[in-house]
Amino acid sequence: MSEPLQPVIVGAGPAGIRAAERLVRAGLRPIVLDEGQRAGGQIYRRPLIEDGRSYRSRYGSEAGKAQRLHETFEALLPEIDYQPETLVWNISAPKRGNQLDILSSGVHRQIGFSQLILCTGATDRVLPFPGWTTPGVYTLGASQTVLKAQGCTIGDRVVFMGSGPLLYLVAWQYMKAGARVEAVLDTAPVTSKRHLLSLAVHAPRIVALGLFYGLQLQLAGVRIRCGVRPEAVLGKGQVEGLRFRRRTLKGDVVETIACDALAYGFALRPETQLADLAGCRFRFNERDRVWLPERDTMGRTSRPDVYVAGDGSGIAGADAAEISGELAAAALLQDMGQRSADTTRLMEARDAILRQRDILERAFPFPDDWIETVPDETMLCRCEEITIAEGRRAIANGSVTEINRLKALSRVGMGRCQGRMCSAAAAELLSAACGTSAGAVGRLRAQAPVKPIPLGFGASAGTETRS
Amino acid sequence: MSMHAQFRRRYRLDETPVPFTLNGVLETGRRGDTVLTAILSVSGRLRQSEFTGEDRAGFCLIGACQDCYVMLANGSRVRACSTALLPGMAFITDLDAMAGAAHE
Amino acid sequence: MSRRVSVDVAIIGGGLVGSSAALAMRKAGLSVTLLDKGHCGAQASGVNFGGVRRQGRPPEQLPLSQRSHRIWPQLKAIIGIDAEYVRSGHLKLARTEKDFAKLEAYAETTRDYGLGLELVAGAALTERYPWLSAKAVGASLCPEDGHANPRLVAPAFARAAERAGVTVLEQTPVREVTATGNGFVILAGDGIEIRCRQLVNSAGAWSDRFAAQFGEVVPLTRIYPSMVVTEPLPLCLPVSMGEQGGSFYGRQVARGNYVMGGGRGLPLGDPDYSRPSVTAASSVMQRAIALFPHLAHAQVIRFWSGTEAEMPDGNPVIGPSETTSGLFHAFGFCGAGFQTAPAVGEVLAELVTEGRSTTPIDAFSIGRFRKVAVETAALL
Repeated sequence: MSEPLQPVIVGAGPAGIRAAERLVRAGLRPIVLDEGQRAGGQIYRRPLIEDGRSYRSRYGSEAGKAQRLHETFEALLPEIDYQPETLVWNISAPKRGNQLDILSSGVHRQIGFSQLILCTGATDRVLPFPGWTTPGVYTLGASQTVLKAQGCTIGDRVVFMGSGPLLYLVAWQYMKAGARVEAVLDTAPVTSKRHLLSLAVHAPRIVALGLFYGLQLQLAGVRIRCGVRPEAVLGKGQVEGLRFRRRTLKGDVVETIACDALAYGFALRPETQLADLAGCRFRFNERDRVWLPERDTMGRTSRPDVYVAGDGSGIAGADAAEISGELAAAALLQDMGQRSADTTRLMEARDAILRQRDILERAFPFPDDWIETVPDETMLCRCEEITIAEGRRAIANGSVTEINRLKALSRVGMGRCQGRMCSAAAAELLSAACGTSAGAVGRLRAQAPVKPIPLGFGASAGTETRS
Repeated sequence: MSMHAQFRRRYRLDETPVPFTLNGVLETGRRGDTVLTAILSVSGRLRQSEFTGEDRAGFCLIGACQDCYVMLANGSRVRACSTALLPGMAFITDLDAMAGAAHE
Repeated sequence: MSRRVSVDVAIIGGGLVGSSAALAMRKAGLSVTLLDKGHCGAQASGVNFGGVRRQGRPPEQLPLSQRSHRIWPQLKAIIGIDAEYVRSGHLKLARTEKDFAKLEAYAETTRDYGLGLELVAGAALTERYPWLSAKAVGASLCPEDGHANPRLVAPAFARAAERAGVTVLEQTPVREVTATGNGFVILAGDGIEIRCRQLVNSAGAWSDRFAAQFGEVVPLTRIYPSMVVTEPLPLCLPVSMGEQGGSFYGRQVARGNYVMGGGRGLPLGDPDYSRPSVTAASSVMQRAIALFPHLAHAQVIRFWSGTEAEMPDGNPVIGPSETTSGLFHAFGFCGAGFQTAPAVGEVLAELVTEGRSTTPIDAFSIGRFRKVAVETAALL
């Protein structure tokens, strides 16, 4: 018969690595599947080859954490079955066996799991506006990733726009890397920053760093604007500038900034497709306006043997991800009947971070009026190239009140990315049209394969099944 | 047609050159480049969209948005942000050439 | 909140059959309420392959199918959209000489029905369809068959019915239905009471439940399609394709995606829901690569499944109830109801208004299962 099943961890970022560490410490040998070429996840992403930069240079204030995490993982390698560049694209339905469909080097395999810890991370949350598909417009996370991992900047003269602490950090990193930062455009009103005062009590380090980046940018002459709404990317086929509006005491002011690249985003959205395919129950999170897998304080989902950790279980950042990875592994061990070490301190540390997140969300709020101001001709779904007008028309003509229905009638979210880049906007568009909350329009269901797979995968000579 | 380079290299400037071709023209990347970095360091687009034909040059750069598929001369495609550049790779980023290659 | 409605006809199930029936009945002057437990056209009508195909149907379905064939080109006038309907032709492949003989026999059997089938074999096949690999012996082409977008058709019928004056109640499950002797009382949704003279049971895979309430036990089973769709690709496949034996079917939509299916999906714990099967999908993908070498580099972006109803003899149930006056059934289309449904809607309108159909439907009588039901009961 086949070998006994092992626990499988999907994702080798902060959560996945800490989960693996905990399982190894308990004498298990987990399988770690990761899409990346090198472990570390996105926030502590490593370059394909070393490029001479120190941890300090690459990860800034987070260098110590990055280095510790990478070193932990290197030390774990003999104790785990690590499979990089491996896409998990499907999970068997509940009660149909514990099985994953994975794709590695174009070869399809099915592997079983005794337990599963999903550490699938997050992507940037974006909203559409005129010109957002123009080459040279990237997500905020993308602009940071390409600098960290490839040593490039997305342009020479870059504008940063959005809401979230990452905005100021990346702008500062770009300035340090030699790019010209043309402006930092904060979509939050300046008044929202008063919440940083209360954050300073709980997390002085975060506020001090934020002030430091903001001050350094200002000293360097970078324009910083609050209460911004973009009007349009200027230029066709390449970014030549950005026209935006901003609210001032004297009313709205329209400004134009020349630039050759734009990075923007509004915090992050969790990657939950695999939890969805696993059949986990979901619940709407009002603060983050997103559906999350239901989980207990340790990361147990509604499906036995399936656990979630890290940003994929709810956006809380890298520090919380490390803790939640360890907690999910501890839950798994408890459920196996192993006595595990006390997790009280871990939970307290995680809860403290979650309280900080609540304040951060108020200081860097999601622009909930955004979708109402987006012109009709703007692209809503960048894969299927469906405009806002087409989305609105499908909603009106079909009396649509549910997001999967909107997808069926308009193709929004039906393309290669399965709604990763447009579902936030589609939910806002639909809930605005229906006059309901974003949660009331339902959840865009995930479908296998969660990312594109080659049509010819089934014909690969190397196809093997093991369970 | 945008011929400007979108990206600007800040590190690995002296790394070993890696030759590749872009629409038949010989270009040079660096060891450690992704396909996306290599192409956007000499050009401003990766592909043209299927329905409006507008230029695209990637978006999320972490394998989520699926915007950065690039066609190789043999008609196959790679997701540029998550594929390492190899010497001799031949890319086609021109829609007409792409349609031709797909039918070969 | 309670609400009372009194109408001529209530229709349970807003799939393509129920929606088109609602529109046809309203046009005949009746007051109609259309009920769906979810959204109109979200089940079998919305998740099927989208083949608008007569070829391959048993002869007893062809009169109905021909009637529908005349409706499809008029969709724009009837429901306001063409729903991407194209008469691309339907090419049915034979992998073996034996399969090709079956295609020849089918063409012979159905010669008088006006399908216009053309048999293509050997070198002529690759000459005519150069994109096809040589792994087929021959094929049968039905030039005026085609395909449409299933996600759009039924919802558009429901909206057209609504515009014409039908009360469409979505997300309104029927909780109780009883015959009163001269009509029916339905309790649905959140305290809605509907009284009607006539009742249509077009509840798809959920129809057997309603039929059983009126003493009509039918051997309905659920089937789950297993579908695969590629990214948009350059236009190359001009026809909708099938294979003798039914293990593979595929079409390319105007936007370039290849929609392909074959095999069966799997029900989930709640059999109302299903999942595509990776085994079935893999086999479809392998067959696609074998048939269409130009897809060698294509990517699959999504699988899907759904819930359809199948009857043991491959034919639907269409016609009046045998136990209850004023009740009409239309269900069990065996995964092939998309093309015929608009005609079924018209037939139901005729049954309701005139008590008879101008298109022969005797083969679809619910009575054909009476014997089976009795025998099954005896066995139990």
